[in-house]
Amino acid sequence: MSALLLARIQFAFTVGFHFLFPAMTLGTALVILISESLYLIKKDEFYKKITDFLAKLLGLIFVIGTATGITMEFSFGMNWSEYSRAVGDIFGPILAAEGVIAFFLESVFIGILIFARNKVSPKVYWLAALLVFLGGHLSAFWIVAANSWMQTPAGYQINEVGKIILSNFTQAVFNPSTMIRFCHTVMASWMTCAIMIAGIAGYYVKKGLHGQAARTMLKIGIILFAITPLLQLATGHVHAIEVINMQPEKAAALEGHFVTGKGVPLYVAGFVDEQNEKTYGIYLPKFLSFLYNFDWNSEIKGLKEFPKENWPPVNFVFQAYHIMVGIGILSIAMGLLGAFLLLTKKIYEAKLYLSVLPFLIPLPHIAHETGWISAEAGRQPWIIYGLMKTADGASVVVSASDILGSLIMFLSVYLLLFIMFIMLFLKFVKNGPPS
Amino acid sequence: MENIQNFQILWFILIVILFLGYSLLDGFDLGIGTLLPFLGKKKEEKDILINSIGPFWDGNEVWLITGGGALFAAFPQAYATAFSGFYLAMLLVLLALIFRAVSLEFRANDKARTGLWEIFFIAGSCLAAILFGVALGNVIYGVPLDNKMEFAGNFFTLLRPVPLLFGITGLAAILLQGASYAVLKTEGELRQRSFQALNILLWVNAATAGIYFIVMAFNFHPLLENPLFYAAVLVTLLGLAEIFFSWKTKNDNALFWKSSLSFAGLWLAAGAAHFPNLIKAINDPNLSITIFNSSTSLYTLKIMSVIALIGMPIVIGYTVFVYRVFKGKAAADHY
Repeated sequence: MSALLLARIQFAFTVGFHFLFPAMTLGTALVILISESLYLIKKDEFYKKITDFLAKLLGLIFVIGTATGITMEFSFGMNWSEYSRAVGDIFGPILAAEGVIAFFLESVFIGILIFARNKVSPKVYWLAALLVFLGGHLSAFWIVAANSWMQTPAGYQINEVGKIILSNFTQAVFNPSTMIRFCHTVMASWMTCAIMIAGIAGYYVKKGLHGQAARTMLKIGIILFAITPLLQLATGHVHAIEVINMQPEKAAALEGHFVTGKGVPLYVAGFVDEQNEKTYGIYLPKFLSFLYNFDWNSEIKGLKEFPKENWPPVNFVFQAYHIMVGIGILSIAMGLLGAFLLLTKKIYEAKLYLSVLPFLIPLPHIAHETGWISAEAGRQPWIIYGLMKTADGASVVVSASDILGSLIMFLSVYLLLFIMFIMLFLKFVKNGPPS
Repeated sequence: MENIQNFQILWFILIVILFLGYSLLDGFDLGIGTLLPFLGKKKEEKDILINSIGPFWDGNEVWLITGGGALFAAFPQAYATAFSGFYLAMLLVLLALIFRAVSLEFRANDKARTGLWEIFFIAGSCLAAILFGVALGNVIYGVPLDNKMEFAGNFFTLLRPVPLLFGITGLAAILLQGASYAVLKTEGELRQRSFQALNILLWVNAATAGIYFIVMAFNFHPLLENPLFYAAVLVTLLGLAEIFFSWKTKNDNALFWKSSLSFAGLWLAAGAAHFPNLIKAINDPNLSITIFNSSTSLYTLKIMSVIALIGMPIVIGYTVFVYRVFKGKAAADHY
């Protein structure tokens, strides 16, 4: 295998693994903030128990997220040094801002959340919960802004020697896709955590464990589970329109859409034959055109508009994208069903629903991973859309055997982390909130 | 003054400050990690030592992340050359930092393998503590570079005597940070033992810092004409001497600051010797990566300056607040 391909596999693997953890951090910080606010208002002990339980879980999630996150900052220099040389002017300050403005906040105050329950007043503890929540989300903002700049670059100029120079920091940070991608990413993590909380609490309630704390946790979980997939549908919709406008060949690949035309169908599931440039599967006629701007006959560009060497791996991203959408739809249904059971006060006795809930926990993870695959593989062959090819971004002094060695190292270390995480996660869940 | 050189110099200083902040703060927790088997004899003592750094180590590590980000943002050529050129060494740094981080959490919760995670924690801390010095030693002493600013050596290039001396000097300074922090955070027998360690490490540091300054003076020629170098020697000597003479006083806080002072002297000397280089080319000085030929644009440096000069005082402010929440001696239990 070539050094380039190995570097890509390594980046995909390390960043994909890393994202599992921030995806849980943001939502967990949200639920901690909710339960701690309720504790401050209502003074009921079981809210405190929920917070303490989740803070312990957050500690585990956060530590693996931090450990695997450092890899990402190193990897731009280690594996993508030519990319780093080219984009230091823009990508660098965004990463540095993430450290100064966001990650410090989260990392410093998480110490209070985990270790200082009895050392500070409830109000200071609540403030720490708020700051961890804010820090985490600001962090997500900067990282998504950096990534969005690679998708829809803005606020730059090419100078006389062909270098990319920052010309407007605000435009670079708030490039055309930043805000919608930030919302979509945050909602994905809230959804991930909503299902995690509902799944854990569902297990407790069904087993009759942890009384009021479990029932309250289930209630919070189900409410979030009902709302977040719907909101995600909305952000997903706006994001899809943005991609059709800003990165038409990516959008076309995700939908398996080859020939520019009006009244374009929407594939629900299928297969893309890249050789013969055809897509097979179940489809809703004219639906993609309708979703684009609520006009059944609106025109959408197909892949054939673009030179074939600039196509992403079409079937690969088509499948990834459709898995994500499928899980999204399933989540909406399950979330609404939960809300219905909650409203009709049947949820605590709904044995079947409660026993299914824990098995849903991995689903949003699969959805956000396949979503990222759609976004990143869908941008190929570009590392910066329209500006720089991925092949030109890799380090020149790092050999294929070096990367093979490091890839094997990451595979084995991260496998160990994964096993330990699952083991301790199950242990924490088994122990449950403090009694 | 709109001169880009002023901002390039400012960012050289700011990056040195960020890495100094990292050395002092993550220094004490890496130091505690490395000293763990020598200071903590019983399980309970080890728990106390680990709990003394529990709430802080991840915030401390952000100094490294921010320092790396700042290097990327201000001098991307240096960042790209060092991280890709020192590929295997950087991989070891990552391995060390990953294990030191997760082993703390695993040790606390995976009761069946406490000892194993402790070994990972100690090894990770120690390896990281050495590697940072070796890496810094290499960029200061110089590595072969080609005319495209790419590294032209291999892994063994990094293991020459002078960079290794930097590694040992850095390790000694980090251990001194760890020991003085242990004195600050522990009581009774454990504190007594930390004092003994501090006493030994004081002399070790006097030796390593002495050799370091002599090697610096002989290897970096204009350095003996640079007043900053003498200031650096003085600062380190002052820090170490203050520890020596304040043996009997009961102010544990002061010991930590004095240890930090001696560490700051080492950094000042490194900065004085290195300026304006970022990565010195040992094969041809004209190929060196300096702050003047590797920086981002004036506009980027200005944006970064605004973010750093407003942001970092706030960061330092709330960091101090959180350290005060946990002030006093550490206990064996948490959660």
